Amino acid sequence: MDNLIDILDLSVEEIDELVEKAKDIINNPDAYREKCRYKKLATLFFEPSTRTRLSFESAMLDLGGNVIGFSGADNSSAAKGESVSDTVRTVGCYADIIAMRHPKEGAPLVASMHAGIPVINAGDGGHNHPTQTLTDLLTINMEKGRFTDMTIGLCGDLKFGRTVHSLIEAMSRYSGIRFVFISPKELKLPSYVVDEYLTKNNIPFEETNDLMAAMPNLDILYMTRVQRERFFNEEDYIRLKDSYILTREKLAEAKADLTIMHPLPRVNEISVDVDDDERAAYFKQVRYGKFIRMALILKMLGIE
Amino acid sequence: MNIDGITNGLVIDHIEAGKGMELYNALHLGDLESSVALIKNVTSHKMGKKDIIKVDEVLDVDLDVLGFIDPNITVNIIKDNEIVGKKHIELPKKVTNLIKCKNPRCITSTEQELPHIFKLTDPATRTYRCIYCETKARETRV
Repeated sequence: MDNLIDILDLSVEEIDELVEKAKDIINNPDAYREKCRYKKLATLFFEPSTRTRLSFESAMLDLGGNVIGFSGADNSSAAKGESVSDTVRTVGCYADIIAMRHPKEGAPLVASMHAGIPVINAGDGGHNHPTQTLTDLLTINMEKGRFTDMTIGLCGDLKFGRTVHSLIEAMSRYSGIRFVFISPKELKLPSYVVDEYLTKNNIPFEETNDLMAAMPNLDILYMTRVQRERFFNEEDYIRLKDSYILTREKLAEAKADLTIMHPLPRVNEISVDVDDDERAAYFKQVRYGKFIRMALILKMLGIE
Repeated sequence: MNIDGITNGLVIDHIEAGKGMELYNALHLGDLESSVALIKNVTSHKMGKKDIIKVDEVLDVDLDVLGFIDPNITVNIIKDNEIVGKKHIELPKKVTNLIKCKNPRCITSTEQELPHIFKLTDPATRTYRCIYCETKARETRV
């Protein structure tokens, strides 16, 4: 594999392979400590992102490699007007692999055409964020021990969340999956996602605006943030925002082995009193994110 | 209305009525030294009305441009007053710098030197998407 720009660049087999590799790293971390010795990862973050950048950098450091890069376009030559292609051509002379975040859609694809070294898309605007999807998949597999036969509830902003769309797309390739989409009608899943991934593959799903009613059937609850700026008027936002906040009370009817996920950062959509519940997996998810990125770096550098 | 036949050249036929001028511009026919006729609203059995372009010179037309504008167009090559060949037109898999991406969040909006490349993603609906941001081309006008 040369680059990872879109989760669709990976086949189901390749995803399974990455998940297995990540699990092996979790079980045998010492065996991987020197795997990337003398290799350099460049983290080119044209906009700030604490979590993703630190995850990539920790992943490389835990593989014994080194890290160079910048965080924020102000600290890079982009501030002087340099193009993405010139920046990555330069970085390609120093590093072995690039992880890139950019506010403009398609910037990592442009980078992959010019870098001469593998490029990983670490998020391009609201477009693609394949390592978040890989993180979600590893979390599901670690917490459930499988990818098949489960009911996945997705709650909150299902309209604009590309991460949600990618996860639906990735999970709809496995058997026995049912989806429950929980959102206000203003933030419903777009029809092209329904048509392209669900109807076409005969995947059962239901849509509701009632989180409490959906709760008892769920094996996974994937929460997202309902953002104020997505609403046309303040009144609707105030009316709806609390219906999509997960609290300990709302978990009363949930299964004992429910897995609660969230891509983070969270604002208030999961109340902090849920954090101690053993079903809360969103901080474990952060940890898994590092391991799947380790597996990805190894694969892209061609290291066993 | 009569336009003289051509001895050696091209007849671009079955152009959807009204699209002839667009095609004339897209193929840069205005730059040619030879005679070029753009005939509008010709009566057609199949189409009701159609446009035709005749070029008094055998030149290499960009079939991708033709296919993108309308894959039903036909191109006849004329030599010594006879049709000696027909070019097969199809939807191009990819078009470069023919249309521009209008998504303000696309990298092409800030990096001016990047080629605007659109990929055919659904031949049935003639859907083209920007290779960078995957935004649908809203129109197939060049």
